[in-house]
Amino acid sequence: MPMKKVVLDDKAIERALARVAHEIIERNKGTENLVILGIPTRGYHLALRLRKKIEEIEGVSLPVGAVDATLYRDDLGIKKDQPSLKRMEIPPVDGKKVVMVDDVLFTGRTIRAAMNALMDFGRPLAIQLAVLVDRGHRELPIKADYIGKNLPTSRKEGVKVHLSETDGVNEVVVDSAPQEGK
Amino acid sequence: MNRLVIKGGRVVDPAQNLDGFYNIYVMGGRVASIKKVEADTSEVGTDVDVVDATGLVVVPGLIDPHVHLREPGYEYKEDIATGSKAAAAGGFTAVMCMANTKPVNDNESVTRYILKKAEGQPVRVFPVGAVTQGQKGERLTEMGELKSSGCVAVSDDGVPISDPGLMRRALEYSSQFQMPVITHAEDSSLVGHGSMNEGVVATRLGLKGIPNAAEDVIVARDIALAELTGGRLHVAHVSTRGSVELIRRAK
Amino acid sequence: MRLKRKDLLGIEDLTRDELELILSTAASFKEVSEREIKKVPTLRGKTVINLFYEPSTRTRTSFEIAAKRMSADAVNISVSTSSAVKGETLRDTARNLEAMRPDCIVVRHSSSGTPHMLAGYVGCSVVNAGDGAHEHPSQALLDMLTVKEKKGTLSGLKIAIVGDIAHSRVARSNIYGFTKMGSEVTVAGPPTMLPAGIEKLGCRVTSNVEDALRGADVIMMLRIQMERQSESFFPTVREYSRVYGLDEAKLKRAKEDVIILHPGPINRGVEISSEVADGPYSLILDQVTNGVAVRMAIFYLLLGAAKEE
Repeated sequence: MPMKKVVLDDKAIERALARVAHEIIERNKGTENLVILGIPTRGYHLALRLRKKIEEIEGVSLPVGAVDATLYRDDLGIKKDQPSLKRMEIPPVDGKKVVMVDDVLFTGRTIRAAMNALMDFGRPLAIQLAVLVDRGHRELPIKADYIGKNLPTSRKEGVKVHLSETDGVNEVVVDSAPQEGK
Repeated sequence: MNRLVIKGGRVVDPAQNLDGFYNIYVMGGRVASIKKVEADTSEVGTDVDVVDATGLVVVPGLIDPHVHLREPGYEYKEDIATGSKAAAAGGFTAVMCMANTKPVNDNESVTRYILKKAEGQPVRVFPVGAVTQGQKGERLTEMGELKSSGCVAVSDDGVPISDPGLMRRALEYSSQFQMPVITHAEDSSLVGHGSMNEGVVATRLGLKGIPNAAEDVIVARDIALAELTGGRLHVAHVSTRGSVELIRRAK
Repeated sequence: MRLKRKDLLGIEDLTRDELELILSTAASFKEVSEREIKKVPTLRGKTVINLFYEPSTRTRTSFEIAAKRMSADAVNISVSTSSAVKGETLRDTARNLEAMRPDCIVVRHSSSGTPHMLAGYVGCSVVNAGDGAHEHPSQALLDMLTVKEKKGTLSGLKIAIVGDIAHSRVARSNIYGFTKMGSEVTVAGPPTMLPAGIEKLGCRVTSNVEDALRGADVIMMLRIQMERQSESFFPTVREYSRVYGLDEAKLKRAKEDVIILHPGPINRGVEISSEVADGPYSLILDQVTNGVAVRMAIFYLLLGAAKEE
């Protein structure tokens, strides 16, 4: 029997993002020189939400872009299901502090690929990482700077973030018998 | 030893208007009698060889009047020995081999070479000599010599005789030796670089097509010339509805 | 989503879904060519061989740049340096190339069907870069991408293809492509250059160029090859240009927002006048830009995933 459990609901996601927005401002002592880059598909929508929250707090609308890591993945020759290309839209990043945003941090390989992609567009002053969920099981030395929720999971479980923009509902679900792991 | 029965085969022989299941009795190398299978009550002695032809077709030795044995010159494609074996395997006992060898069979020495190589082969080989020297379509061959050395017909098969005047002379000249002219009926300029029938399939495959008219116009021309000269014409590899109709009408 | 194919040999075999996948992937790849660093590591370690038996600058260069922007290694073999002139058969050439373990062979040949034969001989992917008068799939895909960018759709459009249809692989591939996507294709040219049964490919056929251009959303002018003159397909360049060449007067028959494509290289003043070729409707250079993106997409979709077992 597959077991699906909602670990974050609509309200909890909003609270977590609000906290992350505050942390970003605090850590960077304001919003100067900041750029937010989401990793499509859901990381990009989270980036847009973070911009809105930061604007509510600081009154500044930060540039937001999308960094698609697909062409930089290290598993293309291994996966049978070929990922389709997504949005790539990178504002000037030279000398900027870039906050990369993704929904779930797992092995760290996507973040590695996204950083490589970003480096082809310029030389940021710094890259920081914000994720809604950190589920552990890193395979690379990568650590998030801002975490919505730490979620200890087993490797076999699937963690899915659903957002109203793409899925019609806001929730984070843990599936104990997933079809495909994330 | 010289008594043989071929039993139970489907016997087809248009010359005797036969098509049915018969047992064939052979004595001394000749067919002695043919009996309907269901009506045959003969007892076969132990001294008689029996060939069980059940499920097989039994025919008189077939004659293929149009083969390419390729020898001399193109032995890498085929030679007289392999071509003869293939013919025998298909039920043929005699073949006529075309002249587009290298050198072309346009003189006695090539004809004799072919006949010598054909000795001992399982089929009889009848060479066809060329109509024009080197099959170049310019000057007639010495058909008298070809006839006396063993050729049974003349043909430039492989290439058409483009010049109508030359075709006329070929039909006229060959008639004195009772050798038919076998025409390779194709108009070179209509064929062009074509490689298949013209039509939607050629268009879809991006291949150059050959219109049926490429064959029809030469068949019509050669029929008119045969009528004019009284020469004997044989049209090789007829492949269009148009030429079938032309030949039927001409006959 | 992926293209479940080893090879890309023609548009005729592709489904509408496959065409859409290639086109949307190509649209994403355009962005890579606009970067400062025009290179992604996607196909690192892959080897692409461009095997060209016919002279070509544009197509070969486009495939080469596409491979290199994907970080694949591209090697060019042209007929003057190949063993074909020494009498090697295609099969032997294929086996020798295969022994060097390429991941993809891009082939152009003057004989229709060559890429199909090659694909049967080798285990790696084969991409048809133009075979005889048969197909030129990457050209049709870049034409379709160019039209889609300008018109926003590929369905319900009126496409006129004008010129030497009989000898054109570009025409065939585009007839298949645009009709599959739901557009209406009319081909026009001298009767000597309209091949038998072309209407059965799903297009309208006419020898009246004005009729073909009437209400057209897209006009595709084909290159006229001068040597066809000596084969009596048309009497003189002057007459061809007068009857079939696209000038501003003929262009008036088309829709106001018509766009003009040409597979290049153009004969200025013959099939297309200079003012039209350089005019605002002409997308000839967009086609070239899109060619690289389409070929990157082809490489990505054929080589960018684990092999099907």
